[in-house]
Amino acid sequence: MYNEKVIDHFTNPRNAGKMAEADIIGEAGSFKCGDTMKIYLKIEQGRISDVKFQTFGCGAAIASSSMLTEMVKGKTLEEAQRITNEDVALELGGLPPLKLHCSNLAADALRDAIRRYREKV
Amino acid sequence: MQERLVYLDHGATSPLREEVLEAMLPFLKERYGNPSSLHSPGRVIRQAVEEAREKTALALGAEPDEIFFTSGGTESNNIAIRGAARARRSKGHLITTSIEHHAVLDVCKGLAEDGFSVTYLPVDRYGLVSLEMVEKALRPDTFMISIMMANNEVGTIEPVAEIGALARERGVLFHTDAVQAVGQIPLDLRELKIDLLTLSAHKFNGPKGVGALYVRRGTPVAPLYDGGGQEKALRPGTENVPGIVGLARALELAVEELPEKTRHLLALRRRLIEGLLAMDDTVLNGHPTARLPGNVNVSFNYIEGEALLLGLDLEGIAASSGSACTAGSPEPSHVLLAMGLGHQLARGSLRLTLGRENSDACLDHLFSVLPPLVERLRKMSALYPGQS
Ligand code: FES
Repeated sequence: MYNEKVIDHFTNPRNAGKMAEADIIGEAGSFKCGDTMKIYLKIEQGRISDVKFQTFGCGAAIASSSMLTEMVKGKTLEEAQRITNEDVALELGGLPPLKLHCSNLAADALRDAIRRYREKV
Repeated sequence: MQERLVYLDHGATSPLREEVLEAMLPFLKERYGNPSSLHSPGRVIRQAVEEAREKTALALGAEPDEIFFTSGGTESNNIAIRGAARARRSKGHLITTSIEHHAVLDVCKGLAEDGFSVTYLPVDRYGLVSLEMVEKALRPDTFMISIMMANNEVGTIEPVAEIGALARERGVLFHTDAVQAVGQIPLDLRELKIDLLTLSAHKFNGPKGVGALYVRRGTPVAPLYDGGGQEKALRPGTENVPGIVGLARALELAVEELPEKTRHLLALRRRLIEGLLAMDDTVLNGHPTARLPGNVNVSFNYIEGEALLLGLDLEGIAASSGSACTAGSPEPSHVLLAMGLGHQLARGSLRLTLGRENSDACLDHLFSVLPPLVERLRKMSALYPGQS
C-alpha cells in the first residue's frame, strides 16, 4: 500500500522527538481521524535552523511529518510557509488516496508554528 | 524484507487445510458435472452436494433440509435479514446491536431506509449485550432480533442461548451472525433457539467464497434473487460445488478437533494476554473469559493502530486493528467506541487472532518485535507524556 520512500520515513523517521529549547511549537489535529502532530522549530535570523516532530497518527502521518522536517530545514519562514500538503505527499512519491488527508497534519502544524512565531515576535 | 511470516489474523481469514483441498480437488478437475443435470456426471455431483449438506447439518445439530449454501457470510446475512423482511406483508421493527459486522449493520440501515424501524442496542464495556436490554427493546411489531454469536473484533461471546429463548417465547425470529463462532466454540442447534444462523467457510480453514445459512424449518424467508431453483430457490445459481464440499469437510474437521484446538488456543491466548498486559499502558479490550479462544484485542495508549500494524508487517507479523474490511479507513472502530473507549484507545487497538497452526515460536517472534516497536512509536507520539 505504501511506497518504499514512505516506508523508509516511517521506519527511520528524521528529526523525531521533542526539542528542549524550541523557539516555537506548532500543533495540528485532523478533522478526519483525530490524529495529532506537534512540530518544534528553532529559528535563527528568519531561517529554520532545526526542527523536530511528534506525531500520534498512522504510518502516512509519521512519514509525512518526517518528510516535512527534511523539507523545511534551512528554509526561511516565507519559503516554509508555502509548503502544502500536496508538496509533502509529492516529495514522498505519493500516498494512497485514502491516506492523502494524513499529509495535511504536517503542513498544518508547520503553518500553525509559523503563525504563532509571528504573533510572538 | 521478511524471512518468515507469523500469521496472527485468523479472524480475517484462515489458511485452507490440506485435507480440505484434497476433498475439493476432484470437483475442480474430473468431477465437473452440474448437480442439476439429469445425466450421470451431474447426478454424481448432486450426491456430493447433498452429502456435504448432511455433514454440515450434522456438525451443527441441524437437519440437512435446513442448510442452504451461499457465497459467504455477507450473503447469508443479507438473505436472513432482508429475506425475512421481504417475507412480511407489512413493515416492522427489528433489534440488533451497535457492534455487529457491517454485513449486518448495513443491511439494517438499508431496511431502515425502506421504512422499517431498527433498534441498535448498546453494549457494556466488555462488548456484552444484556438480555434485559433486548427485552426492553421488544415492541408489538418486532419481527426479528439479529445479534452476533461472537464479535469479530474483540471476540466477546454474546448470550445467544438466553436471547434465543426470549425471542422464541415472544414469537420473534432470531438470527445470529455466527461467522466468528462456528468451528471455534461448541454450538448445538438442537439446544439453541435460533431460527437463522450465518456461517462462512474460510474462517475455519475452509475455502473463501462459500458459506451457509441455517434456516430452521418453517421460518419465513423470501429469496433476494430470481433464477433457477437451486437451494430450494432461496439462493438460486449453479452451486459452488468445490466450495460446498470444502466447507463441509472443513467444518467436519473443525468440530471433530474442537476440544484439542481449544486447549491449544487457550494456552497461547493466555501467554499472549499476559505478555501484552505486562507492557506499560496497555488495556485488554473485550471480556476476560467470555471470549473466543483465539481472540486477543489490546489497545496501546499514545499510539495509533495502523502505524503499529505497519511496523509489525515490516517484521513479518500479520495482524489487524479493526476488522479486515475497514482497514485503511480513518474511522476508529465502531465496536470499541460502542464499548466506551475514548478516541485515542479506540484508534490504538491491535487484534491478534490465533489459529491452529500458531505455536509458541510465533509468540516468541511477536514478543521480540512488539515492545521495541511500541516504545519507538510512543517516543515519537505527540500524545506521549514520557520523556524522550
Ligand atoms: S489516518 Fe489519521 S493521519 Fe492518517
